[in-house]
Amino acid sequence: MAETSPRPHTVNAVHPPYPPYTEYTVGAPALDTKAPDGPIAERWNRRRFEAKLVNPANRRKHTVIVVGTGLAGGAAGATLAEQGYHVVQFCYQDSPRRAHSIAAQGGINAAKNYRNDGDSVQRLFYDTVKGGDFRARESNVHRLAEVSVEIIDQCVAQGVPFAREYGGLLDTRSFGGVQVSRTFYARGQTGQQLLLGAYQALSRQIAAGAVEMHARTEMLDLIVIDGRARGIVARDLITGEISTHLADAVVLASGGYGNVFYLSTNAKNSNATAVWRAHRRGAQFANPCFTQIHPTCIPRSGDHQSKLTLMSESLRNDGRIWVPRARGDRRPPAEIPEDERDYYLERTYPAFGNLVPRDIASRAAKNVCDEGRGVGPGGQGVYLDFADAIARLGRRAVEEKYGNLFEMYERITAENPYEVPMRIYPAIHYTMGGLWVDYDLQTTVPGLFAIGEANFSDHGANRLGASALMQGLADGYFVLPSTINDYLARHPRHEPADASHPAVEEAVADTEDRLRLLLAVDGDRTPDSFHKEIGELLWEHCGMARTEEGLRKALDRIPRIREEFWRRIKVPGTGEQLNQALEKANRVVDYLELAELMCLDALHRAESCGGHFREESQTGAGEAARRDETFAYAAAWEFTGTGNPPVLHKEDLVFEYVHPTQRSYA
Amino acid sequence: MRLTLRVWRQPDPDTPGAMVTYGIDGISEDMSFLEMLDTLNEELILKGEEPVAFDHDCREGICGACGVVIDGEAHGPERTTTCQLHMRHFEDGATIDVEPWRAGAFPVVKDLVVDRSAFDRIIGSGGYITVPTGAAPEAHATPVPKPAADLAFEHAECIGCGACVAACPNGSAMLFTSAKVNHLGVLPQGAPERETRVLDMVATMDEEGFGGCTLAGECATACPKGIPLQSISMMNREFLRATVRGR
Repeated sequence: MAETSPRPHTVNAVHPPYPPYTEYTVGAPALDTKAPDGPIAERWNRRRFEAKLVNPANRRKHTVIVVGTGLAGGAAGATLAEQGYHVVQFCYQDSPRRAHSIAAQGGINAAKNYRNDGDSVQRLFYDTVKGGDFRARESNVHRLAEVSVEIIDQCVAQGVPFAREYGGLLDTRSFGGVQVSRTFYARGQTGQQLLLGAYQALSRQIAAGAVEMHARTEMLDLIVIDGRARGIVARDLITGEISTHLADAVVLASGGYGNVFYLSTNAKNSNATAVWRAHRRGAQFANPCFTQIHPTCIPRSGDHQSKLTLMSESLRNDGRIWVPRARGDRRPPAEIPEDERDYYLERTYPAFGNLVPRDIASRAAKNVCDEGRGVGPGGQGVYLDFADAIARLGRRAVEEKYGNLFEMYERITAENPYEVPMRIYPAIHYTMGGLWVDYDLQTTVPGLFAIGEANFSDHGANRLGASALMQGLADGYFVLPSTINDYLARHPRHEPADASHPAVEEAVADTEDRLRLLLAVDGDRTPDSFHKEIGELLWEHCGMARTEEGLRKALDRIPRIREEFWRRIKVPGTGEQLNQALEKANRVVDYLELAELMCLDALHRAESCGGHFREESQTGAGEAARRDETFAYAAAWEFTGTGNPPVLHKEDLVFEYVHPTQRSYA
Repeated sequence: MRLTLRVWRQPDPDTPGAMVTYGIDGISEDMSFLEMLDTLNEELILKGEEPVAFDHDCREGICGACGVVIDGEAHGPERTTTCQLHMRHFEDGATIDVEPWRAGAFPVVKDLVVDRSAFDRIIGSGGYITVPTGAAPEAHATPVPKPAADLAFEHAECIGCGACVAACPNGSAMLFTSAKVNHLGVLPQGAPERETRVLDMVATMDEEGFGGCTLAGECATACPKGIPLQSISMMNREFLRATVRGR
């Protein structure tokens, strides 16, 4: 770290005890979304035509920073470099190929209608708006559905080995919340194959010198100069060196914040620091309470559990979910006769059966477990049974479709799912909330863009299966590379940002002070112990079911955990080396603030919608009851200073094409 | 379970390392190997000692970040990644040796962390199909026979963990390189760059300091994704073909 003079006021800023807040103020409506008007099917075309362009010869003079190398970041970095921009890209992993998009299993949606089963751009648009429980922006979702078609073409051309029929054409399967077969897949490793496609395109640009790649380098702050995003502060994870990187625009593709829960299906090092630090620098954070709980994960086996493993939603195509009819039935599954089993999804939702959307399947699993009918250790599980599928299709066919998933399950649980039904339980998987962006994917900080899971825009209150890959690649390959042109063209390159500007120094000093303080406390608790504590608190009060009482409890508790953190955290070693405990502790600092905003958002949204289930707001049948008259808006929160209540900016959601109704999958 | 661990500790690339012995108790057999290391690290942090550095991320066996040599075997006794290896495969009371990948082309960064960036440079030298975004034809314009698609997939499964290199007595990266050459080479989309790809990637592999291949076969035995040894002979054939045809 470079020498800087001690700056006590900054230390105070990161060393609170500051009081809990359960209040907020309502500010002006959210900024213009910049979505074109006119017929929805024309809007994307119109925006692209109206966007200003940068002359190809001038593009290499523009530097764009891209943070993250997942589907969104990898695709964007490669595409911007192909267009001629100078790209400087970062990932905390040792290689861009390891971003967590790689773990996506099931597939990617596209409105190709290859099955001739009634699919269309319009239907994918409709399914996504409805699946998101009418909390997504129509214009964005329609664009996503349009672009989905091009994504498949692009990936096939890159050599992504999608599953194929014997005639050589692409195979598809069904996912939750839809009645067509539009999900393209590469066995249970679709995310891996798509990411490797993007990584290979990116690698070509790195080798060509068009992308300057910084692996094992983590963004720790955003640099805003004269109201525009002009760069980032990053830490080299090997040497500990803090560096600044300046550019003409910054793109955050740093993923979601599910790891705030400690136990989630996210990679262990996925974190919220990039988006949270951007939020602190002025980017509004939208719908932080919209988190997705995936119904089919392997249940936890004990307190040592470090993460949860997903079993692809595609398994619900052929697996049947059930629990015993009677409470406390501890017999092994094979000894429970058919008429004493409750196939509760098929019973409650005959039209969609086991393929209801994720939020509904998760809540149903929680309900049967709360009734005392759960299976496995602690009664925290339900069966996902393939006996019927094996009898109908034969073991070979099941193996062909799901072999790698079955193997993974057996490796983790030591149970053979060909013989004994899988046990599954919901787990945090994805975050629909994220940085607020306009139609151009630009945040409220000019020049700062957010793509993929890092933004909030397309999935509303619940994401449909196989739509994350679609959105990440849509943003990275097609949307951002078009819209960022307009910003860059309107801000012709002036002087390169001044490295000695006070804003640069301040961001560096903030970062260095924070790290120095983490190392200096020398307390008696590990970073993981705090991470687990905040995660458990969120899971209990801001997880699958939320109540005003519980959220208030959490909001009261979080500042006290934070206070304890700054008194008792222990991080051995120094900042000038590979120090994984320091990395973790620094991420927990941000989780401790983000958790508070999530709870406040969940408290203020006194309705249920999608993955946000407020117990006070449900239908007679126990389904999520939206309150459109009050809450048909996206909640964009503005940071107003450490410990100060945030300001809420509402973006009213207008539904011109899909009429909001109570979602029904029965 | 109670275990004795002998772990390679090395503060940085320039300081010599050594095996350090730690006793650890209260390990559940349902823990993964990395969760066992987490437990050790929590104890070390509380004692004010530096935790053992190791690479890991998805912990689902797909990102390829993790990988250590356990009792002399890359990823340990089961054919899977280190994160997917569970403690039920070890005896209570066992002594377990934990070392980083050992290969000239993978210098140790710290403790169990090594530098595998040479793999990225091999991919960058040809492990792609040149198709700028937007330039793709309609997906069904190019049917791919199912056997070719399946074969491509089998090779595309490589996670780039480096176990093949660590297991190889020569520190060769032939299995890694051949997996990508074959993934792209068997597809019609990959045909236009078929010759340059294999020649360039093999040349980069050599430049990066990986050893030569003597078909010892240890790589395919260690590979957690089951990339077959045949992959190497397929690449040799591709290489010969490209050499004969010229570029």
